Amino acid sequence: MSITDDVKKTFVLKGIGVSPGIACGKAFLFDPLGSDLSLYKLSDTSLIPQEIKRFEAALKESERELRAIKDGIHGKIGSEPLYIIDVHLMLLRDQAFIRHTVGHIKESCVNAEWAVRMTLDQYRELFDRVEDEYIRSRFSDIQYVGKRILRNLSGEKRTPFSEIREEVIVVASDLSPADTAQMMVHKVLGFATDMGGKTSHTAIVARSIEIPAIVGLQNITRVVKTNDDLIIDGTSGLIIVNPDPEVARRYQEKKKHYELVQEDFLKYARLPAMTKDRCRVDIGCNIEFIEEIPSAVLHGAEGIGLYRTEFIYINRDRLPTEEEHFAHYRQVVGIEGLAWSTIRTFDLGGDKFTSDPKLAKEMNPQLGLRAIRFCLKEVEQFKVQLRAIIRAGAFGKLRVMFPMVSGIEEIHEAKRIFDIVKGDLIEEHVPIGRDIEIGVMIEVPSAGIVAEELAKEVDFFSIGTNDLIQYVLAIDRINERVAYLYEPLHPAVLRLIAQITAAGHRNGIRVAMCGEMAGEPLYALILLGLELDELSMNPLGIPRMKKIIQNATLQESRELLNKVLAFNSATEIRDYVEHYMRRRFPEEFQGAGQ
Amino acid sequence: MTEIRTFELKNKLGLHARAAAKLVSAARGFKSKIVLERDGREVNGKSLLGILTLACPQGSRVTVRAEGADALQAIESLEGLFEDKFGES
Repeated sequence: MSITDDVKKTFVLKGIGVSPGIACGKAFLFDPLGSDLSLYKLSDTSLIPQEIKRFEAALKESERELRAIKDGIHGKIGSEPLYIIDVHLMLLRDQAFIRHTVGHIKESCVNAEWAVRMTLDQYRELFDRVEDEYIRSRFSDIQYVGKRILRNLSGEKRTPFSEIREEVIVVASDLSPADTAQMMVHKVLGFATDMGGKTSHTAIVARSIEIPAIVGLQNITRVVKTNDDLIIDGTSGLIIVNPDPEVARRYQEKKKHYELVQEDFLKYARLPAMTKDRCRVDIGCNIEFIEEIPSAVLHGAEGIGLYRTEFIYINRDRLPTEEEHFAHYRQVVGIEGLAWSTIRTFDLGGDKFTSDPKLAKEMNPQLGLRAIRFCLKEVEQFKVQLRAIIRAGAFGKLRVMFPMVSGIEEIHEAKRIFDIVKGDLIEEHVPIGRDIEIGVMIEVPSAGIVAEELAKEVDFFSIGTNDLIQYVLAIDRINERVAYLYEPLHPAVLRLIAQITAAGHRNGIRVAMCGEMAGEPLYALILLGLELDELSMNPLGIPRMKKIIQNATLQESRELLNKVLAFNSATEIRDYVEHYMRRRFPEEFQGAGQ
Repeated sequence: MTEIRTFELKNKLGLHARAAAKLVSAARGFKSKIVLERDGREVNGKSLLGILTLACPQGSRVTVRAEGADALQAIESLEGLFEDKFGES
C-alpha cells in the first residue's frame, strides 16, 4: 500500500455531471497533445521549403485519417457526425488557412508546428470578437483540425483507440464527433473532459449510449495520467483519482446499487420505511460529497446518517481552515427534505498529513493512531473541525459523532473539548447550534461491550459495521486471502449488535446503523428484528430497502432474528436467512447469493 | 462580368458551420471569384474559415459579389441557398 500511495496521489475533481452513472476503471488519456510540441525558429531560410512540405504532408495525412473515420462510421450513426467531419475536411483544404500558415513559415522563418499555432491563434482572436455565441463556439472545429495537423506534424502516432484492450475511462480535453464516433463500437466506461457543458457533444453521446460523463473539469488532462485509477460519478459530477481501496470498494457498491435501481423503485423511495404492522425505521444516507445530496433525496433519504469528512483533508498542502470546514458543513445541514444530518469527525490516520515528519507510517494503521485517538492528540486541529461543526448547527438539526471510540475516557475527553469549543463560540457571539446531539460510532468491539456505560454519556449510537465486523472477526476484508471470512451474519456479530441496541434502548437513546450491512436488502428483516432506530446507507440502495421493509412485519422479523440467534455457526445463519428471504420475497432475491 | 446581390440570413443560427459549408461547396462549383462582404469586411466565398470569421447571425445582411464568366449562374445558385435558408428552418 505504501508504494502505490507515494506514486499515485489521491484527489478529487469536480465538473459538470452530464450523464449519470458510476464507472470505475483506468484512465486513458485521449490525444495528449500540446505539452511536447516543439516550436522553433529555422536556423536557415533554405529549410523553408522542407517545412512547407512537412505541412502539406500533415494536411494530406489528416485528410486521409478523417476520410477513414468517415468511411468507418458511415451508416452506423445519424448524419450529424458525418456532416461535422465534412466541415473538418473542408477546413483542412481551406485556402486561407493554408496560405496563412505557409506565409508564417516563410515570413517568420519558423517550423511548421509554430506556423500552425500562429494561424490558430490568429483565428482564435478573430472568433473571440464574435458576438454571436454559437458562431464563436465554432472555433472548436478549427482547433480540432489544427490539433490533428499538429499531431501529424509531430509524426507521433497516438495509440489508436482500437488498440486499447482494457475497458477505459476516456479523459480528453474535448471530444469531437469524429473522436466519439470511433469509440462507440468499443467499450468505453465513461468520459471525462476539460471542456464542455450540458449540451456538448460528449454529453449527448454519453447519454445516448448510457455511460457516465463529466465535462467542464478544466484541467483533468493535465493532472490525470493514462493508467491512473478513476472513479467517475456522473450523477454528482465528481471524479476520484487513485482512490484508496476502501473508497474504491464503496463506489463498487454504489455502482452495483445504481444498476439495480429501476424507475419503479422510486415510488417506494418516497414513502417511509414502515412495516405492515406499523413499525417505522428512519432511513439515512451515507455520503462524502455535498454533490451527492440531491440524488440521495431523490432516492428517498430522510436524513444524513453519515457525512464523512475525510475528503476535506485529503490532498492538500496545509490543513483546512475553520472556514473551509464550515463551507462544507453549512451545506450539509438544513436541507429541504432531510430531517437530520450526522457529521462524523475526522476518521483517518495522521499519516495523511505527509507534511508532518513526526507522524511516521505505522506498521498497522488500522490499529494505530487514527480517528478520535489522533484528534485527542492533536487537540488544536480537532477544535478547528468542531468549531465549524457547531457553527453549522445553527442552520439545522445536526448530530456529531466520534469514530473509533474504544472506551469511556475517550468520550469524556471528546465531550470536554466539544464543550470548551462551544463555550468559546458563545463568548464570541457566533451563532451556533444549541441542541447538537453527540454520539459515538460503535465500531471497536470494546465499545460494543461497554455500550451500557457509553449510552449514559451520549445521545445516540451509530453502529459502524464495516469496521466492527473486521475487528470482531479479525479480518481485513481488503485482503483477498481472508475476505471470505468476513461475515455480517456471524453469530458473534449479530449477538454483539443485539447487545449494543439493547443497551442503547435501555438508556433511552437512539441506535442507528451506518455500515454497509444497513443497506443490504438480504439483511432487512434481521435489521428490523434488531430494532434499530435508523438505517443509514448508500443513497442508491434506499429504494430497494424501503420496498422490502414496507412489505415485511416487525413480528416476523423478530421471529426470524430469534430463530437465527439460536444457531451456532455463520453458515447455518446465512443459509437460513437466504432461504427465508428468497421464499418470502421471491421477486427481490431471484437467484441471490448463489 | 460582375454580379452583386445582397441577401438577408433568415435561418436561425445564421451562417454557421453547416450552412457555411453548403455555401462554400456551391461557390466552389463555379469558376468565378466569389466575395462575401458584411459591414465593410470582405472574405473569400470559397473559404469556409473566411466565411466563419465573418460571423453572420440570423437577420444580418451579406453582400455577395461574383466576378467571372459564370458570375450570373453563381450568384443565382447562391441566392437559392439563402432563399432556402440553407435547407434549415
